[in-house]
Amino acid sequence: MTAPSLTALFLRFCLFSLMAVGGATALIPEMHRQVVDLHGWMSTADFTALFAIAQAAPGPNVIFVSLIGWKLAGIPGALVCTLGMCLPAAVLAFAVGRVWDRFQHSPWRRAIERGLAPLTIGLVLGSGCLLAKATSTHWQLGLVAAASAGLSFRSGRNPLWWLAGAALLGALGLLA
Amino acid sequence: MGPLDGEQPTRAELFLGFFKIGLSGFGGVLPHARRLLVDDRRWLTDRQFTELLGLGQTLPGPNVLNMAVVIGARCHGWRGSVAAGLGLMAAPLVIVLTLANLYGRFGHSARLAQVLAGVAAAAAGLVLATGSRLATKLDRDAGSLLMAVAAFLAVFWLRLPLLGMLAVLGPLSIGLSWQSLRRERLAGQDGGRR
Repeated sequence: MTAPSLTALFLRFCLFSLMAVGGATALIPEMHRQVVDLHGWMSTADFTALFAIAQAAPGPNVIFVSLIGWKLAGIPGALVCTLGMCLPAAVLAFAVGRVWDRFQHSPWRRAIERGLAPLTIGLVLGSGCLLAKATSTHWQLGLVAAASAGLSFRSGRNPLWWLAGAALLGALGLLA
Repeated sequence: MGPLDGEQPTRAELFLGFFKIGLSGFGGVLPHARRLLVDDRRWLTDRQFTELLGLGQTLPGPNVLNMAVVIGARCHGWRGSVAAGLGLMAAPLVIVLTLANLYGRFGHSARLAQVLAGVAAAAAGLVLATGSRLATKLDRDAGSLLMAVAAFLAVFWLRLPLLGMLAVLGPLSIGLSWQSLRRERLAGQDGGRR
């Protein structure tokens, strides 16, 4: 494995930024495909451990990207990947934000909003299935994933509870 | 671009407001963003929030960051965007990198590995729940359903590159929704005439 240069990482994440239809979560399958399957920069176990850390910390979902960068190239890698992921999308949002209201009743804006929604759903569910498959290395963990999916779908309680419950099961040694 | 309808925050207030949003949420910050922006600070009306959320979710990139950039821009131009964006990202970035460094140092403990495996599995479940909740709000027409299933299969099962998938399914899906909107409009006009 050869680690990528900071410039290469920045450019790669700039492209990710513009492909993240539906936010950072929708991008997880593509990131996994590139950093694990294609380039072998980390294992699936590393990938899911970083995802767990990102979810256990407060903040927007995009900080998972910072951790991928950290794993690949330390703190500079984290900053470069975060900046790459944020900057192009931010510039686009800045530009579109000025005219968005003007197109409130434009049929094109409604067609784009409505057309992208199903793709976002497919991508987020794809992320969820990929992560569930990758994290369920044995039946106890599969059960945890299924329980957390069911509980958080049905109840509006803060999802931190389900994460904390799973952490406790792990700390008690019940998940090996 | 005119100011917001609500109270006009300074740049420092923008930074601090989004700083608080960044610190408040676990597994996504959107519900907290609404509470702070609409209920607490009254920078936005409920309607404006929904409108900006639509923008944040339609444009590529992190949803909340997109919203922060647009809200900041409407108050103070690009300087406002930078203040809001940095406010949102600063604290989570420091916290997550501190956690990562601790993990790098102590990650070899078998018990910690079990804790993380548990959290990862539960977090995977949360993503599934988010996707399912979004799916319940999907338009119930064949085109939308087909597009969602195609996107799912492309990335999960076939592991196709996202760029190619978006290049094909993006225009197709927008075209389909253009058609169905047109049909609805025509049906509406028809109904109006009768």
